[in-house]
Amino acid sequence: MMRLFILCALLWSSVARAETMKMAVTTSFHNSGLADILLPEIQGDIGLEVQLLVVGTGQALRLGEAGDVDAILVHSKAAEDAFVAAGYGTHRREIMYNDFVFVGPSDDPAAIVGADTAAAALAQIADAQTDFVSRGDDSGTHKKELSLWGAAGFDAATLGAWYKEVGAGMGASLNTASSLNAYIIADRASWLNFGNKRDLALLFAGDPVLFNQYAYLPVNPEKHPHVKTDAVAALETWLTGDVANALIDGYQIEGETLFVFNAK
Amino acid sequence: MSMIATLTDATVKRRGKTILGPINFELAPAGITIVLGPNGAGKTTLLKVLHGVERLSSGRIQWSVPDAEARQSQAYVFQSPIMLRRTVGQNLAYPLKLVKAPKADIARRVAAWADKTGLADAIDRPATRLSGGEKQKLALGRALIRKPAVLFLDEPCANLDGRSTREIEALLAKAHADGTRIIMTTHDLGQARRLAQDVIFLLKGQYHDHGQAAAFFSKPRTAEAKSFLQGDIVE
Amino acid sequence: MNEIWAGLQAAFWLVARLDPDLVEITLRSLQVSVTALIIASAIALPFGTWLAIRRFRYRRATIAVLNALMGLPPVVVGLIVYLLLSRSGPFGVMGLLFTPTAMIMAQVIIITPLIASITHQAMRELWAEYHDLLISLNTSNRQRIGTLIFDGRRALLTAALAGFGRAIGEVGAIMIVGGNIDHATRVLTTAIALETGKGDFALALGLGFVLIALAMIVNFAIHVLSRTEREGRW
Repeated sequence: MMRLFILCALLWSSVARAETMKMAVTTSFHNSGLADILLPEIQGDIGLEVQLLVVGTGQALRLGEAGDVDAILVHSKAAEDAFVAAGYGTHRREIMYNDFVFVGPSDDPAAIVGADTAAAALAQIADAQTDFVSRGDDSGTHKKELSLWGAAGFDAATLGAWYKEVGAGMGASLNTASSLNAYIIADRASWLNFGNKRDLALLFAGDPVLFNQYAYLPVNPEKHPHVKTDAVAALETWLTGDVANALIDGYQIEGETLFVFNAK
Repeated sequence: MSMIATLTDATVKRRGKTILGPINFELAPAGITIVLGPNGAGKTTLLKVLHGVERLSSGRIQWSVPDAEARQSQAYVFQSPIMLRRTVGQNLAYPLKLVKAPKADIARRVAAWADKTGLADAIDRPATRLSGGEKQKLALGRALIRKPAVLFLDEPCANLDGRSTREIEALLAKAHADGTRIIMTTHDLGQARRLAQDVIFLLKGQYHDHGQAAAFFSKPRTAEAKSFLQGDIVE
Repeated sequence: MNEIWAGLQAAFWLVARLDPDLVEITLRSLQVSVTALIIASAIALPFGTWLAIRRFRYRRATIAVLNALMGLPPVVVGLIVYLLLSRSGPFGVMGLLFTPTAMIMAQVIIITPLIASITHQAMRELWAEYHDLLISLNTSNRQRIGTLIFDGRRALLTAALAGFGRAIGEVGAIMIVGGNIDHATRVLTTAIALETGKGDFALALGLGFVLIALAMIVNFAIHVLSRTEREGRW
């Protein structure tokens, strides 16, 4: 028994931590790998340990509403505006953007490679009734996908059995698409970092409607007094500064630039 | 001489069937009482209700001291000895630890009783691996280590060889000499003759005869007791 | 088959060069699960034993509930603990959400019924064996429980190890209440879920092999520490 207690005491004898704050971010941001570049720099520059909760946009907003995180970094403008309007966030600060891409079987049965717009590409997929994987998890990417279906004149809820809502994160959804050899909409960063591509290929990108704006939202200390306001402000200053600018614009995977810094 | 226990209409029923009683008698404060009777006569039940590990269905048993105190000053050796899954020494120490005896006292008495029961060499062996005779001696030592006022034994020598039986009888005689009141059952009439000072004869759960051992063995008062002593089947 | 082979290789290299991230999350897995195990055992061992020796009115119902709780879905436990600990929940002021403490709480809830139920099963047999002696010796309830736990420690170790196995391999609840934060609440199972999500099956599988090895080492170590194999002669 005594030995167990000693073992336990040893396990718990960790050193005191630097200042920390919690930030909810989207899976797509985390899967891009950019966080692994930025976080050590933040710790080095301003001595702040940012703990990331990697969740969908929907859950990130809920975490902010409940006060379980100090700030959120997400990409779903309408939901973000509502978040600030309801008083959960102090303001919305745009940081950078990346873009969504259409991924699908390399032989492209719906022939979306030559499509003019994202809406046209979706219409062709719907015509061909080829398998399509949807995140279905109320995330920013999912919301984006739903708005694209709407723009193409479809109601996603009424599509056939070929439309598969998996209710999972970006990575898990890509795994499903890869197994089914199905079409899917992903953010470019997650796609490039994805390790299980098999027969999938990037088929369509570039429509401006696919641009994906990331914004930083501090949680309102009037609602949640325990929020670490100073750390949140320091992080915002850093994220919108020159160092972040250079790091974000310079981040590449396989020679491709993923994010464009556009903080003002 | 005041009595150590008084039974008044003591009755045990199980599923509506009377196992024992109603029994009325008084237990003298000293001596060795042997409970005799054929199988199913209620001998074990009588011992258990006297000790208080089984409840009466009706009637009462009045000890000369309050009930809680009575049980505390009694010990019981079961027909098949119950060994704690510990060493011989730890088995002997167990009743003393329960009453929080001082450590030095425990060590001294455990060593003494390991010696008296002839188990000194086996003191660090697991008790469950002892032979039948050794187990019964250990159970007896463990029962006596708190120097009980009353000791109950249920067929302590069933299935034991002659040597073990003799050793156990010697321990019982010594305990009796040291002032422990002994109440035991046995199937062995020879053992009953060797040890008994008085005899309780049970038949079909009924208290049938009770008397001085010498008188009971030489001139049994009832026909049933007589045929039982002759070795006939009594039911 | 290739992926399993790649997983084995990944596991080998992670361990061979003592990858600092691997060491960190492995230690945190141990920290969380061992602490949860100790707390759960402190509750479940006496409770399971008590259930074995006491006869009371709702005993059968209590045992039925206990056995049902063994099958508690971890995800639901996680969600409930999450809602309780959230800043907008009843215990929000304690600020425990997304900390190892929250993960320990969830694991304690998940494994306590399991340990208590196995304890109850094992202690019932031992109690049947000891019953007459312990009653005769006029033992208190506390002494009975103590004696049964001490003498039944081998069976109880099995119960505790079953609890540990469930705790260290659990992912649903601790993902929700811990948040899988790098350098704060990431443990082996949540790291595996994360790497699977990234499609990096080799690394995920490598971590999986490390987890399996860890569970086996802990089992073995506890058996050796408590010397049960040598004392297993009863």
